[in-house]
Amino acid sequence: MTFAVVVFPGSNCDHDAYHAAKHVLGQQARFVWHKETSLGDADVVILPGGFSHGDYLRTGAIARFSPVMAAVREFAGAGRPVLGICNGFQILLECGLLPGAMLRNRDLKFHCEHVHVRVERTDTPFTSLCSPGQVLKVPIAHGEGNYFAPPETIDQLEKQHRVLFRYCTPSGAVTDQANPNGSLNGIAGICSEGRNVVGLMPHPERACELSVGSADGLVMFESAVHAMSRAGALQAVAR
Amino acid sequence: MKARVFVTLKPSVFDPQGHTIVEALHSLGYGDVSDVRQGKFFEIDLAVKDQAAAEKLAAEVADRVLANPVIESFKVELTKAGAQ
Repeated sequence: MTFAVVVFPGSNCDHDAYHAAKHVLGQQARFVWHKETSLGDADVVILPGGFSHGDYLRTGAIARFSPVMAAVREFAGAGRPVLGICNGFQILLECGLLPGAMLRNRDLKFHCEHVHVRVERTDTPFTSLCSPGQVLKVPIAHGEGNYFAPPETIDQLEKQHRVLFRYCTPSGAVTDQANPNGSLNGIAGICSEGRNVVGLMPHPERACELSVGSADGLVMFESAVHAMSRAGALQAVAR
Repeated sequence: MKARVFVTLKPSVFDPQGHTIVEALHSLGYGDVSDVRQGKFFEIDLAVKDQAAAEKLAAEVADRVLANPVIESFKVELTKAGAQ
């Protein structure tokens, strides 16, 4: 299975995502420069964290117009798995593949710390091996992670069970104190209506080995491999 | 033509920067400042002579790129090039 990691000018977690897929999981991985117009043989696409185009104008606002994004849109439209991490999530919001927008953190501080998130749904390609309610210890590193959407959009996300992760205490309680940035409903990650496009502010790719403080993020990449190999097996049976 | 584009957070969206600024102003004794909303201001040069076309172009750019319609609204003002 091949993970394509899109590289924008200013991406800085591209190598972490590549490392997680290739060296920790032993899958194929390759970088795709944002000027490219094809994702090639990718099975999974990752929009990594960082500060694409220096976060000028708004986070992700310029990256959304990169040539590669047409291919990402097409890939997502075909129901294939796309994961946006941190700045990648912000790009997915700006380009409309996911609803909502990011505001400055409510305390105006850049937060760089380990937080806990509760897995709300396991019916997506990036959470399929999680257990419902599982608490993951993962790092965040952002100044604009305060998730906002109009009330009707929040209602729709909740009704359609598209909130995948919420900030929580180590024991899994979703409280305002456990919310590092002021996100509505403690939202740390959501998915598309088709459930194949997932965005989250925490960095699972930076939590794939115990030597860096947590390996809780690995399950998201393992889930993708599991989901895709199952999809592949089903396709083979269908043929 | 020149255009000025003002981008502000919608009234329904909390502005943590504006909130911090108004608190700072209060602590400096400016109690009569009741609210501050921070926004962005763009000066754009347009290689367009026609006013209606310039207005249309500036609004399109503001809507598509300069503002995020989920959280922000914008206002466009046209001025003649060279005018202050």
